Amino acid sequence: MPHRFTFKARDLARVLAASVGVIALAATAACGSKAGEETADVESCVDTSGDTIKVGALNSLSGTMSISETTVRDAIYLAVDEINAAGGVQGKEIEIVAEDGASEPTVFAEKAEKLIREDCVAAVFGGWTSASRKAMLPVFEDNDSLLYYPVQYEGLEASENIFYTGATTNQQIIPALDYLAETGVKSLYLVGSDYVFPRTANAIINAYAADKGIEIVGEDYAQLGSVEFSTIVNQVSASGADAVFNTLNGDSNVAFFREYANVGLTAAEMPVMSVSIAEEEVGGIGVENIEGQLAAWNYYQTIDSPANNTFVEAFKAEYGADRVTSDPMEAAYNSVYLWAATVEKAKSFDVADIQAAADGVSFDSPEGTVVIDGENHHVTKTARIGEISADGLLYTVWESAGPIDPDPFLDGYDWAADLSVTE
Amino acid sequence: MDLFIGQLFTGLSTGSILLLAALGLSLTYGQMGVINMAHGEFIMAGCYTAYVTQQVVGDAGVSLLIALPIGFLVGGAMGLILEAVLIRHLYHRPLDTLLVTFGVGLVLQQVARDVFGAPAVNVTVPEFLRGGVDLLGATVPKTRLFIMALSIVAVTAVTLVMRFTPAGRRIRAVVGNRDLAETAGISSRTVDAGTFFIGSGLAGVAGVALTLIGSTSPTTGQSYLVDAFLVVVAGGMGRIKGAVVAAVALGTFQAVFETYSTASLAKVGVFIVIVVFLQLRPQGLFTLRTRSLA
Repeated sequence: MPHRFTFKARDLARVLAASVGVIALAATAACGSKAGEETADVESCVDTSGDTIKVGALNSLSGTMSISETTVRDAIYLAVDEINAAGGVQGKEIEIVAEDGASEPTVFAEKAEKLIREDCVAAVFGGWTSASRKAMLPVFEDNDSLLYYPVQYEGLEASENIFYTGATTNQQIIPALDYLAETGVKSLYLVGSDYVFPRTANAIINAYAADKGIEIVGEDYAQLGSVEFSTIVNQVSASGADAVFNTLNGDSNVAFFREYANVGLTAAEMPVMSVSIAEEEVGGIGVENIEGQLAAWNYYQTIDSPANNTFVEAFKAEYGADRVTSDPMEAAYNSVYLWAATVEKAKSFDVADIQAAADGVSFDSPEGTVVIDGENHHVTKTARIGEISADGLLYTVWESAGPIDPDPFLDGYDWAADLSVTE
Repeated sequence: MDLFIGQLFTGLSTGSILLLAALGLSLTYGQMGVINMAHGEFIMAGCYTAYVTQQVVGDAGVSLLIALPIGFLVGGAMGLILEAVLIRHLYHRPLDTLLVTFGVGLVLQQVARDVFGAPAVNVTVPEFLRGGVDLLGATVPKTRLFIMALSIVAVTAVTLVMRFTPAGRRIRAVVGNRDLAETAGISSRTVDAGTFFIGSGLAGVAGVALTLIGSTSPTTGQSYLVDAFLVVVAGGMGRIKGAVVAAVALGTFQAVFETYSTASLAKVGVFIVIVVFLQLRPQGLFTLRTRSLA
């Protein structure tokens, strides 16, 4: 009989034991190194010795979000030029390292890592979609660096390593809902792009509506970048809602408003309140399709204040008289000044020093004075509802009594108590 | 308005858009077997042709009507160049053609970005196409009716050319049996170039039409590429009739699924339908029966 390898039970037991042992060893090794990575001090490679200090500008220069994000990059550059012209920060000239997030959250995370680790920037300004911010969050926390995020978003977040100069929900969405309720809206249709910001925003809107007795007659999501809105607009039209709350982002807004206008809906009978349409997007959509519709922001180009007039003039002088300024651009502009002011107050570029000194830092921004809240890293902002007019600009039709303190976790609202933090 | 009727028209409209995008591909892929991943970019080129025409001409209505034939020529020319320079050398290597044309598509996207900028540009819809028409209780946007009419005209034109013109007969001969056609004195190389010209030209026309509905940006073509291939494969390679039926069917399925769920799930549903259908009938709806050995 030929000798054959017979797999007996005890061999099986040995193999199993060996496998378990190997896996256990590997796991502890991995866990050990991970814990080591977390607890060990991440060495910051920021070079503060020379005459210049590097910062990162991370925006989508291509892809579906580029229509919006290239403008933010321009505002960042303007702020940096102005600060450098006034002597720089701590006597050092700011040098920008720019990267393209390509409208992909994974690319944002990758480029953020590159900016922090390879370019050794002191801070990064950028991001737009909440998806990109959520992707970048672990990168900034793991590397203990700073991100200044300039766009309105869904709240329920307050990272130590991010400063949010855009509105959180109680500074934008909730005042917008209050305004709609005041004008007699009793039923709402929610339309949004399918990612974290619209989903979370709509969860908040649902909680608000349940509390105030507004009926949500429909909730529809389209893929980010989708241009096919026939079905959604048909459903909106058939629903007979009093108003539409629009959280679409990017090119989708172009297709949505075209379809909306073509189906015969008007701003007078079914107004659309948008939170992602600013002066820049109006041109791409076509004023004729969107005139009379509403938007909720904290800043419009048409704000008549000395600070804003200077800002708009400087921007047009730099980039052309046909350019417009929008809320995220202004928030990005503010974020650079706020970072510079915090650095001057802390007399250091070190992240821990900036975090310690941030509370109370203020800036006379184009939207009014904004003040950083050191606890949640947001800023105070005045809420303004704007109407899109025939000249393509937004004009304030209502504003809050004064700057609203940021409340990203909606602690001050009873009806929001059940909202869970969506990761 | 009546949601069901509205959705019915949405299905027909989506189908007609798919048909326009897929008609050209049905010629290049279905008949020639060339996988042209840059087809989406030819559609995008058509979109930008409409934009440039509007910048030059000014009046939206006139520029749209002029842009249609110009879009055909632009798309056709691009297809001709692509065929002569690259695809001609790769006829018996479909995977290489796929990769090469994918690369060409990326290059074209970047060219569009460099020339026109990354953000979307606005092509104004002409006055006579604004608003909607009341049909059977639903308001159907005029732009979508225009696209439906255009797709019918395009299919009719292609069918007439294929059936009654000498050039069309030559194309059918080459598709049916390339070797036999060559022995009859038909230059298959010239015919291939002609087919590619017509197929890519149709993509250009589709692009012009699509500016009425969506935005025009360097990545516009990407949204239509996969759907176009699905229509051609599901409809059966080499049959225009198949593409028509498949496009309308897929458009209607998508509209129906979307009514009861989200757009993403509707897409999933459509893919599942196609996958199941292809399992049962891999050759597609209508097949070309030939005696050739190829």
